Amino acid sequence: MFRTRFTRRLPAAIAVAGLALAAAACGGESTNAGAAPAATADQLNPNADLSKQSVNVTVWDGYTPKELPQKVKDKLKFPLKIGIHDTNETAMTKLTAGGDTGIDVAFVSGQYAQALNEQGLLEPIHPELIPNLSNLYPEATQLSYDKGNKYSVPYTWGTTGICYRSDLVKTPPTSWKDLLQPPSWADKKVTMMTTERWLALPALKALGYSVNTDKDAEIAKAKELLVAAKPHLLGYDDTTFGDKLKSGEAVMVEAWDGWCPTTDEKQNIKFAVPKEGSDLWVDTMVIMKSSKNKEAAHALINYILDPEIHSWAAVNINYKVPNKAAMDKVDIAKGSLLDIKPAELLNGESLIDLGQASVKYTRLATEIKAQS
Amino acid sequence: MSPSRGRRLGAFVFLSPGLTYLVVLLLVPLVLVLSYTLFQRGRFGGVVYEVTGENFSRLIDPLYLSVVGTSLKIAGLTTLLALLLGYPTAYLIAQLPRKWKTVALVAVVLPFWTNFIIRVYAWIILLNGPGLLNSGLKALGLGPYELLYNQGAIILGLLYSYLPLMVLPLYAAIERLDPQLREASANLGASAFSTFRKVTLPLTVPGVLTGCLFVFVPSFGNFVIPEMLGGGKSVMVGNLIRTEFLQARDWPFGSALTLALVAVLVVLLIAQSWVARRA
Repeated sequence: MFRTRFTRRLPAAIAVAGLALAAAACGGESTNAGAAPAATADQLNPNADLSKQSVNVTVWDGYTPKELPQKVKDKLKFPLKIGIHDTNETAMTKLTAGGDTGIDVAFVSGQYAQALNEQGLLEPIHPELIPNLSNLYPEATQLSYDKGNKYSVPYTWGTTGICYRSDLVKTPPTSWKDLLQPPSWADKKVTMMTTERWLALPALKALGYSVNTDKDAEIAKAKELLVAAKPHLLGYDDTTFGDKLKSGEAVMVEAWDGWCPTTDEKQNIKFAVPKEGSDLWVDTMVIMKSSKNKEAAHALINYILDPEIHSWAAVNINYKVPNKAAMDKVDIAKGSLLDIKPAELLNGESLIDLGQASVKYTRLATEIKAQS
Repeated sequence: MSPSRGRRLGAFVFLSPGLTYLVVLLLVPLVLVLSYTLFQRGRFGGVVYEVTGENFSRLIDPLYLSVVGTSLKIAGLTTLLALLLGYPTAYLIAQLPRKWKTVALVAVVLPFWTNFIIRVYAWIILLNGPGLLNSGLKALGLGPYELLYNQGAIILGLLYSYLPLMVLPLYAAIERLDPQLREASANLGASAFSTFRKVTLPLTVPGVLTGCLFVFVPSFGNFVIPEMLGGGKSVMVGNLIRTEFLQARDWPFGSALTLALVAVLVVLLIAQSWVARRA
């Protein structure tokens, strides 16, 4: 995902923007789209002395338990250092800088894991070192970007849908058309996301197209729908839509599931996945080929897959985790965000990186927003 | 040591921190960014060093020209309104007794003591549907009005944010005016209006231009206010550059847009200094 996790407010995003540009100016090594041969597995020693190793992780802020390094130190006997990235893009800049980046384990979204693997930067997962892989839902081993979890292990997953005020809508939304052609009571009380791929998603899905389409005719059709929707929108927003719902400025918004504030004390905010379907996003853990601590890295991932640890994300940050044993431990209220079943999620289409065709989506978003 | 050598050494000592700062943090990054305009986009951001002219040909695409047009319109209107509001304010402050001048000037810069984003947020709370202004109007039996998430709100936000940058240079220019010039004009029978038109205004033109530039430049490249107060429904050049770098990961085209922005600003600066010299 492009989203800035847990740095939800614009100021943070702007600070990040500044830093990203600065980082870009300094170390922007070019990365070619060409597929390098997939890496071959190293021989790993299952009995390695982990206390001689140490692991550096890069992850979104607030995405793992704060006490994880201490727990790892106590339980696995090696030091764990957590580094932060704000978006997949910054993670990619760190990880593709060339040579030994000093990072052993990285958290990135599925399509980025796929790209890292194509560049030969990832160590294949050694399943024999991660017995807890058996905790995963069977569906979580069949993710389109990495069937069989050959080079990535899923950490969280979710989808995009409509987040709405159950007390302010006359009928709960069921279709993307409720967003694109809002009924009169919702006129100018609807927001859509501003990031291009998600801006296009409701229209593409409403028309029955793939969210990864690169066909000009289909994108043009989607544009018509989106342009027609613009006068009925409150705005384009992917940082503060939750606040707009809470204040009642908006009654329906396009939202990522984890960002829909369903846990608000008034309990009047709900989330629905439209019937035309949506996307499926997965954030994964990968091990870098350049890591010198691969045994410890595997041990860490195995430890995170422990239901006790993995359920943290569901309980504390309201993200679904693809870990059956962990989800079974969590008290899931009916209709809550966590209630979406894996089979339903798998109906969602994974967003893949479109390479050169992604320019079309940037253009689409600019065209729609520049339309007066 | 000859006096001239001493002076040169002094100049070197005093200038070098500022010059180092400008070269390292402004010039070098700018040259880097501008050099990207010649190359192709990398898949995950960054640049593939294969020369292309495509980034420039995309610049003259009607879509991007319309974005530049919108930015010019919004920044231009903001500047005009700031001038119309700022000139009387600055004039009035310049006429105040010394003690009150200081108070008034502090009041002008006071908003800068609070974070910019927080102040913009305050406007959202004031103007939004269930906001303070609308609920006040509702109590009077009016509204609700759509005050937020349109170009008017963008202009209001920019005007609010950058008005002090108009008032301060205008104040400096008006304050410097020799009161005897105006007295002479009055003594020779000119009305207050023609004194203003023929004496005060021409002599403060450099201040007017500086103020206009100070307001226009940050307004033209702003991307926060269009997003927050404009609801993302209008695109300005700043938004476009941000999108190209951070979302589209098209650094070369983002750089080309930056180059266009810098070019517009350089032209404005040259025009300003040319007019100021003749005034």
